[in-house]
Amino acid sequence: MKRNIPLLITFLGGFVLIIAYFIPATQGWGETAAIWFDILAAIAFILGGGNLLRIHLKKVSDRKQGWAYSAITVAAFLLTLIVGVLKVGVHPSPDFPDVAWSGNYREIGSAFWWLYEYAFKPLTATMFAMLAFYIASAAFRAFRAKNFEAILLLGTAFIILLGRTFAGVFLTSWIPDSLSALRIENMTIYIMSVFNTAGNRAIMIGIALGVASTSLKVLLGVDRSYLGSGED
Amino acid sequence: MKLSLAILVLLTVAWTPVVLAQAPPPEQAAGIAPAPEPPTGLTAQDHGWDDGTKVDLSWTAPAVAPVRIKKYNIYAGESAEGEFSPAGEAEHGATHAVVEKLVRGKPYFFRVTAVDTAGAESPPAVTTAAVVPTRQWFDGDRFYLFIVIFIFCGSVIYWIYHARAGREVKVRKIAGLEAVDEAVGRATEMGRSCLFIAGIQDMNDIQTIAGLSILSRVSKVAAEFDAKVEVPTSRSLVMTAARETVQAAYLSAGRPEAYNQDLIYYVTDEQFGFVAYIQGMMSREKPAACFYMGAFFAESLILAEMGNTIGAIQVAGTAMPAQLPFFVAACDYTLIGEEFFAASAYLSGEPDQLGSLKGQDVGKIIVAVGIVIGVILATLANILGPQSGMGESLQHAVDFLRNQVLT
Repeated sequence: MKRNIPLLITFLGGFVLIIAYFIPATQGWGETAAIWFDILAAIAFILGGGNLLRIHLKKVSDRKQGWAYSAITVAAFLLTLIVGVLKVGVHPSPDFPDVAWSGNYREIGSAFWWLYEYAFKPLTATMFAMLAFYIASAAFRAFRAKNFEAILLLGTAFIILLGRTFAGVFLTSWIPDSLSALRIENMTIYIMSVFNTAGNRAIMIGIALGVASTSLKVLLGVDRSYLGSGED
Repeated sequence: MKLSLAILVLLTVAWTPVVLAQAPPPEQAAGIAPAPEPPTGLTAQDHGWDDGTKVDLSWTAPAVAPVRIKKYNIYAGESAEGEFSPAGEAEHGATHAVVEKLVRGKPYFFRVTAVDTAGAESPPAVTTAAVVPTRQWFDGDRFYLFIVIFIFCGSVIYWIYHARAGREVKVRKIAGLEAVDEAVGRATEMGRSCLFIAGIQDMNDIQTIAGLSILSRVSKVAAEFDAKVEVPTSRSLVMTAARETVQAAYLSAGRPEAYNQDLIYYVTDEQFGFVAYIQGMMSREKPAACFYMGAFFAESLILAEMGNTIGAIQVAGTAMPAQLPFFVAACDYTLIGEEFFAASAYLSGEPDQLGSLKGQDVGKIIVAVGIVIGVILATLANILGPQSGMGESLQHAVDFLRNQVLT
């Protein structure tokens, strides 16, 4: 029973969405199913928040390795939750000026907005910026000319990288128009639009077939491993 | 002299109509181009096999100076005499158009005007009767997709039954999946944990489901080896689903008492907040094996490079083409696209699931045949050119494949 009910829900939900895609009269069913999912995800978020508090408070109380980070996480979570729920610094909405909490919690100048603008956004941007360093270190490893394939990869990457900079364009600008295909920016365009596109499309076709096959297996209950295992 | 004068007068009289006929009209002579002629024979009818939001229009190009026409403007209104609003445009040379985004069940009148290269707009051609867009029971624009899906799903189901009948299904070796046991074993030997990340999308993403299928196998092996598997998630629903998966895997391995639900926990929905936590956790706890199985975005390289830095054996699988190069560069094994989706069948070894892989091959054959036919038709159409009748027919076939079958 514990496994059959989720399988039945999966079967019904999946086939409703498929039918809704092909039969115009049932398009609303798909939208309704999506709303149900959103409601479910919102309820599950409460579960997630509770779990986050429990795990991190336990880490703090047990003084586990890195417990100080957990303490900061709990403090930041509660602070954001409180200023958001209580709408600290939010003015009443012009439509309901007598109702204290009628304003938008994301109002410019509110405490929630301030936390988002001056704490969350810079931290997110910092994490994203680290990507540049990781790309450099990964490229250093990937482009080592160990064998013939690696040399090909290195050469192609060199052309693409150079072709996307002003210096690359400048270096081969002397090549006459009759041989313009050999200019580095044109070689870049050719590699990206022919070799790269062909490779990408091959992967995409494989992915599309894999998605369709996996979806069918899940809908028919052939693949139940995401529910634990095939055994009841 | 008189004779010369008479000839001159005669010639002048004789040429006058010709010259007058060739002279520009007074508006043009004054620098004002006349408005083009309107199209004729405008008809409208409900678009067949749609959701009731489209109407087909057809007309005949104006007989006078059709080469000057740059485009046609289409207007729609709810009454013949009422207000008309822009509903679309058609290119020069077009004699029909499909007006979209109409309201189902509402009567519409249409007007079409010709616009010349100077921007002058003709008087409108008007439909005389109202057309009501109606909804059909099937969306005809998706007919070919339905056929392809029907054949593909049919072949998958056929091969599943074929495998159930006991016939052997051969599957090529996938190094990344062979490495799963090895990675968990290594973590056990080193006395360190395994880290499993099922992407950053929710349970409505098929990649997350495929990732959890692999988690089932990783957990089962970890339960047998008595290794620790830590599963931080970025969605609450994924956390609850992952707990079910891991618990069932421990039960299946005969070690339900070893299951610890606290090792599967929610972190945050925020992409870089999640990454920051994982990075910190990896640098502190140094897991010996890292699995990245699911939908990833910019965080893929941050996670994989961090794992590389701490010397973990890393296996990744995703269907996000843009992230594959990063995983290939930073991980020991990468499941590329379809390999990722084949993982569940490969690892379980169940005939039902292996049969579905064979069905997938039928899909590949259909795609390959389609590509070969399309390439041959397009090449021949290009070689023969539109001048020849055969070339034109082939071009129509290519257009049909591109615009009807592939859209």
